[in-house]
Amino acid sequence: MTDLSAAAPSSSPHHRGGASLIAPDARTQARNAAERRFRRFGLSAVLLGLVALVVLLASVLGNGVSAFRQTYVILPVTLEASVLDKAGNRNPDEMKKVTTLGYGKLMQEALIAALAERGIDTGDLKPKEIMALLSKEAPADLRDAVLADPSLIGQSIAFPAFATSRVDGYFKGRVTMDSAARDANISPAQLQLADAMRAAGLIETRLNPGFLTRPDASELRPEAAGLGVAILGSAYMMLVVLVLSLPIGVAASIYLEELAPKNRWTDLIEINIANLAAVPSIVFGILALALFINIAGLPQSAPIVGGLVLTLMTLPTIIIATRASLKAVPPSIRDAALGVGASRMQTIFHHVLPLAMPGILTGTILGLARALGESAPLLLIGMVAFVRDFPAAPPAGFFDPASALPVQVYSWTQRADPAFAERASGAIIVLLVFLLSMNALAILLRRRFERRW
Amino acid sequence: MTARPILILAAALAASPAMARDNIQIAGSSTVLPYATIVAELFGENFDHPTPVVEGGGSGAGRKKLCEGLGEGTIDIANSSSRIKQSDLDLCAANGVSGVMEVRFGYDGIVFAALRDQPDFAFTPADWYLALGAQIPRDGALVKNDLRDWAEVNPAFPPQEILAFIPGTKHGTREVFDHNVLLAGCKASGAFDLLADAMTGDEAARAKGAEEACLDIRGDGVAVDIDGDYTETLARVQANPVGIGVFGLSFYQSNTDRLRVYPMNGVLPSVETIASGAYPVSRPLFFYVKIAHLGVIPGLREYLAFFLSDEVAGPDGPLADYGLVPDPELHRTQAMVAAEQPMEPLSQ
Repeated sequence: MTDLSAAAPSSSPHHRGGASLIAPDARTQARNAAERRFRRFGLSAVLLGLVALVVLLASVLGNGVSAFRQTYVILPVTLEASVLDKAGNRNPDEMKKVTTLGYGKLMQEALIAALAERGIDTGDLKPKEIMALLSKEAPADLRDAVLADPSLIGQSIAFPAFATSRVDGYFKGRVTMDSAARDANISPAQLQLADAMRAAGLIETRLNPGFLTRPDASELRPEAAGLGVAILGSAYMMLVVLVLSLPIGVAASIYLEELAPKNRWTDLIEINIANLAAVPSIVFGILALALFINIAGLPQSAPIVGGLVLTLMTLPTIIIATRASLKAVPPSIRDAALGVGASRMQTIFHHVLPLAMPGILTGTILGLARALGESAPLLLIGMVAFVRDFPAAPPAGFFDPASALPVQVYSWTQRADPAFAERASGAIIVLLVFLLSMNALAILLRRRFERRW
Repeated sequence: MTARPILILAAALAASPAMARDNIQIAGSSTVLPYATIVAELFGENFDHPTPVVEGGGSGAGRKKLCEGLGEGTIDIANSSSRIKQSDLDLCAANGVSGVMEVRFGYDGIVFAALRDQPDFAFTPADWYLALGAQIPRDGALVKNDLRDWAEVNPAFPPQEILAFIPGTKHGTREVFDHNVLLAGCKASGAFDLLADAMTGDEAARAKGAEEACLDIRGDGVAVDIDGDYTETLARVQANPVGIGVFGLSFYQSNTDRLRVYPMNGVLPSVETIASGAYPVSRPLFFYVKIAHLGVIPGLREYLAFFLSDEVAGPDGPLADYGLVPDPELHRTQAMVAAEQPMEPLSQ
C-alpha cells in the first residue's frame, strides 16, 4: 500500500491533474462498462434460451393439449340378441362370429333411430354419410365391450363411441365449415348434423383417458390412436436398462475407482468410457442390430433389445457419474475405516458406497431420462412399427413387440391425416412430463441426501 | 455384483430363439405402410390371431430383410412400391429363401399439387421436362436449362417462379416420376432425339444413353429432392407457396382442404381415372410373401386371404376409401394366392 501510494503520483499518468477516490477514472469506468456488457450478454443468452423454450412449449402445448380431449357420440343402442347372439347361449366363442361389420350395421340403425326420435333433420344425407360421423373404431369397441360382458345383450345402453377425427377437429377448431367444403372426407352438411346432435346431447367433448391407454391405430381412425403400447414399451425398456446398467455400471466404477491399479490399461479404459459417452446413439443401434438381432437371434421390435441397446448407451454416463461421486467421498473416510481394521470390501460397501449413493442415483436417473427420450437406435431394431397388441406381463412381455414413446412421436408425424399432428404433440407432452418428473426426482434426491465435505 | 445380471442376460439370449412367434411381421415401403396398417388393424379386430406388426423403412430395405433368410427371426412379408429386383431375388436364393410369392394388390396414383389458393396449371409431361430437365431443346439444339418462370415453359401458364418438391432418389415414387413424367416429357419435347444424336455407339446404346440423360435434373435449386415423407413435402409447400409438390393420391385425399391437385394431360387424378388408365402417373403396389412361412406362422394364410378379399381390397373396401386404386384383376391375384404360386423369374 505504501509503495503504491508513494509511487503512484510520480509514475501513473492517470493521476495527473487531481485524482479523486470517489469519481472513477477512465480505466475503472472501462472495466465497469466491460462488466456491465458481460452481464447484459449473459442475461440475453439466458433470455434467448428462455424464449426458445417458451416457443417450443407454446407450440407443443398449443397443438397437443387438445389430444387429451376427444369428441364422443353418445349412442343409445339396443343390443339385440337376435343379431349379436344367434345361438342364444351367451357363449363368447360363438358370439365372436358376429364381426365388426355386423356391429356397424346395428350402430347405424341405432344412430338413425336416435336422430329420428329427437326430431333431428338429416337433410339429404345418406345413412352411410350419417354413419361416417362415427369412428370406424366404434363397432370394434362395442364388440369388445359385448364380448367382455355378454350380459349386456338384450339391454339398451348409451354407448360412448368415438366421433370421427374431422368432427372432433370441428369441435376443437381445427376443422371449419370452410375447410369442410373443400375436404373430401367431411361435408358442411355432416358438420351441421354434428352441431344439431351436440345441441341434442348426442355429441359431447370430454377427457379421453384412451389417449394414454389405447394402442396405436391406422390412418383411417386417428381418433382412436393412443399411447398405451408405447408407454408400456418404454416402461419395459427402462426396467431392462435400470436392472442391467445400475449394477454393471456401479461394479465397473467401484473396480476402476477403488480397486484397479493405475496403469496404461486402466487409462485406456477410462479414455474409452469417456469416448463412448459421446458416441452418437445411432451407432449403438447399428451395433445392436448386428449383435442382438442378427447374431443372438433376439426378436425384432422387442423391448428387451431396445433395453439392451439403451443399456449400452447409458452405461458410460452412469459409470462417469458414479466415479465422480465415489471420488467425492473424502479419503479420510476410507483411511478411518481401514484404520479400524475394515477390509477393502467392507470399506467400500459399508462406508464409501452409501455416501456416494445419492450421486450415483442422480446419475442413473439422468441416464435413464436420456435413454427414455432416445429414438435413433430404436429405428434400426424395428421399434418404429405399427403395434396394436399390448405386450404380455414381464418377463415374457420383454420379448413381445412393442413401441416406445419417442418413436411413436416420430411415426405419428409421418402420417397423412392432420389429426395425427395433434396426437404427436400430445405424445410429446406425455414424454416431457415423464422426463420432467425424472429430472425433478434426480434434483430432489441430490438436495435431500447429498453430503458435502 | 456383476454375475447375476450377466446370467439373466445369458439366459435371455439362450431362451429367445426357442420362443414361437405367433404374430405376422411385415416391413417395407412407407407408401404401402398405411394400407398394411389398415388391414392389420381390421385383421386383429376380426380374427383370433394377434395384430400383425408392420414396420416402414422403405421398399428396398424391406425386400432386403425378406431375403435375409427363413425362420422366425426374419419377416414374413415385404411391402414394396416398386417391383422386386433381380439382385433381391439373388440375395433370397443365396440365403435359402426359395419360394417368394408376388402379390399386386392395387395401384397408387402420383399427383402434382400445390396450396389451394395457387393459380391453375394444366400440365403435360413435356412441361415438367422443360421445367426440370438439365438440358432442354431450343431452336433445334440442346441448351442448359435456364428457365425460371412457368410462363417461359408454356405461354399458357401464369407467370410464376418454377419451384418443385420432388421425391428423393431413395423413394419408389421417384422411379415412377422419372419414368412416367420426365422420360415421357423428354420424348414429347424432342429432347430425347437430340440427346440420342449426341451419344455415340449403335442405336440401342444411344437410346439407352439418352434415356439416362433424360433423367438428369437441373442442379440449380429449382427442383428440390425431398427425402422424407409427404408430410415434409407438405410443410415445404406451406413454407413456400409457389412450390408445387409431388404427393401420393391417398395423401392428397387426406388433405384436400389444404391442397389442390393439377391435371396431367388434361385428366385430374382420382381413383376412377387412375383405374381406367386415363391419368398417366401411377404405379402398382406389391407385397412379397415367403411361401415357406405360410404353414408355420399362424394366421399368415388367413391374413393374405383377408387382405385380398373383395371387401378389403375391392372397390368399396377400406383401402379404396383411403386412396388405393383397386386392381381390376384382383380375382386373379386371389386365385394365385389361394394356389400359393411362387413368382415367375423376372423377365428382362
